[in-house]
Amino acid sequence: MSVVAKIVRAQARDAVRSRWLLGYAAFFFLLTEGVIRFSGDGSKAVLTLASASLVVVPLVTLVLATIHVYNAREFTELLLAQPIRRSSLFKGLYLGLSLPLVAGFVAGIGLPFLLHGGGDPSYRGALITLVALGVVLTFSFTAISFSIALFAEDRLRGLGVALGIWLLVGLLYDGLVLVAVALFSDYPIERPLLALTLANPVDLARVLLLLKLDVAALMGYTGAVFQRAFSGTVGPSLAAGMLGAWIVAPLMLGARQFRRKDF
Amino acid sequence: MIELSKVTKRFGDQQVLRGVDLTVGRGRVMGIVGPNGAGKTTLIKMLLGLCQPTSGEIRVGGKTILGGEGSYRARIGYMPQIARFPENLTGAELFDMLRDLRGDRGVLDGELLRGFALADQLDKPLRVLSGGTRQKVNACLALLFQPSILVLDEPTAGLDPLSSAILKDRILSLRSEGVTVLVTSHIMSELEELCDDVAFLLDGVARFVGPVAQLTGMTQKANLERAIAALMIREVA
Repeated sequence: MSVVAKIVRAQARDAVRSRWLLGYAAFFFLLTEGVIRFSGDGSKAVLTLASASLVVVPLVTLVLATIHVYNAREFTELLLAQPIRRSSLFKGLYLGLSLPLVAGFVAGIGLPFLLHGGGDPSYRGALITLVALGVVLTFSFTAISFSIALFAEDRLRGLGVALGIWLLVGLLYDGLVLVAVALFSDYPIERPLLALTLANPVDLARVLLLLKLDVAALMGYTGAVFQRAFSGTVGPSLAAGMLGAWIVAPLMLGARQFRRKDF
Repeated sequence: MIELSKVTKRFGDQQVLRGVDLTVGRGRVMGIVGPNGAGKTTLIKMLLGLCQPTSGEIRVGGKTILGGEGSYRARIGYMPQIARFPENLTGAELFDMLRDLRGDRGVLDGELLRGFALADQLDKPLRVLSGGTRQKVNACLALLFQPSILVLDEPTAGLDPLSSAILKDRILSLRSEGVTVLVTSHIMSELEELCDDVAFLLDGVARFVGPVAQLTGMTQKANLERAIAALMIREVA
C-alpha cells in the first residue's frame, strides 16, 4: 500500500470516530428523512434537499476542514519529521479529511432514499446529480480550506477568511449578480450572466440541478438561455470543467504552499 | 553527527538566526539554551526539515540534508514540544500508524513502557489521556524506531518527577549506546544532568558552544544556571 493510502486510512479512522462527522451525517439523514416523509420522494424533495445542501455543504466543509487543519498542526509537524515526502503527506491529509466528509454527506442523503425504496424513478437522475454535486463541492471546499489554513498562520483569521468565502460564494454573489442584472437590464446580458454563473461553483451546481429538475422554465427567459447553453455538449463539458477547476486550482495552490512552507 | 554551519533564517523581515555554527559529536548530548524567542525551536525544526534555512549548511552524518527527500529522517527520533495527536485514535493505533508509514516494525522501548506504566493506557483514545500521559506517549514515539539521533524539545515538560527521572535515565543510557542527542529545556539543572555540551543562543547567534564545564569555569559560577545567567547579563550589558 502506498504511503498516501496509509495516511488516508489512519486519518479516516480518526475522522469516522469523531462527533462532528457523525453530527454532519445525522443532519442530512434527519433532513432527508423528514423531507421524504412530508413531501414524498419526488422532485420537490430533491429540490428542497438541493437548496439545503448548496448552503450547508460549503459552510460545514469550510468550517470543519479549516478548524481540522489548524488542530492537526502539531501532528502534521510530527508526520513531517518522518522519512516521507511532503507531497505524499499532503495528498494523504487532504483525502483523509475529504473522503470522510464525502462519506458523511452521501450516507446522510442516500440512506433514507434507500430505506424508502430507492426514490421515485423519474427523479433518480436528479437525486444522483444532487449527490454527485455535493461530493464535488465537498472536494472543492476542502481544498479551499487547506489553502486558507496553510496560508494564514493565525487560526482566527483563517476561519474568518473561510466564512468570508462562504458568504461570498453562497450569498453575496447572487445578490451582486442581481444588482448587475438590474443595472444592465437594457443590454443583452445573458452571456455575461452565463459566464458569472460558471465562475461560482455553488451557483453552477444550483443551475445544473435546476436544469436537471426541469424547473428551469421558472427562471423565465434566463432559464431558456441556460437550457440552451447546457443542452449541447459544449455547455455541460464547460460546466464540468469549471467544477473540476474549482477542485484542482485550490488543491494545487495548497499543495504548492505545503511543499514550501516553513512549519 | 550533526553539523550546522553559518545557518541563517529569516521569517519575513524578522531575522531569527544570524549565522549559527555548531557541531554535535556522535554519542554526545548537546543542550540548546537561550531566552524565549532565541530560535531554539527554529533550529530544531530546520534539522528535521520542517523549515528551510535562508542560507547556510546542515549536515547529518556527513551528508547535507538540504534539497533531499528526507530519508535521513529515518534515523532521527523527534519529540515535539506539544504532544497533540489525532484525538480518536488510541496510543496503540498511533504507534501502528507510524510503523505502517515507515514500513518499520519498530519495537516499543520496554524500559520506558514499564517505567511509565503506559501499557494499560494504550487502548484508550488519546483524547482522554492527561497531558503528562500524552507526553509519555510522545517519548515512546521518539524512541520507537531505534534512532541514532534524538531531538527533544522540552522533553520533561508536563511529566511528574518520577517519569521525568525515568526519561532522563533512558536518555543517558542511550547516550552510552552511542545515540546523539539534541535537547532544549528551560530547566538548567536538567540540562546539567544530561548534557556534555551546551549551545547558548542569543539574538540568533550561538554565543557559546562547548562543554558545560568550560562554561562554568569561564564564568566562574557554581552551576549551569548561574553561568547562563551571567552570560545573559554580560551580553545585555
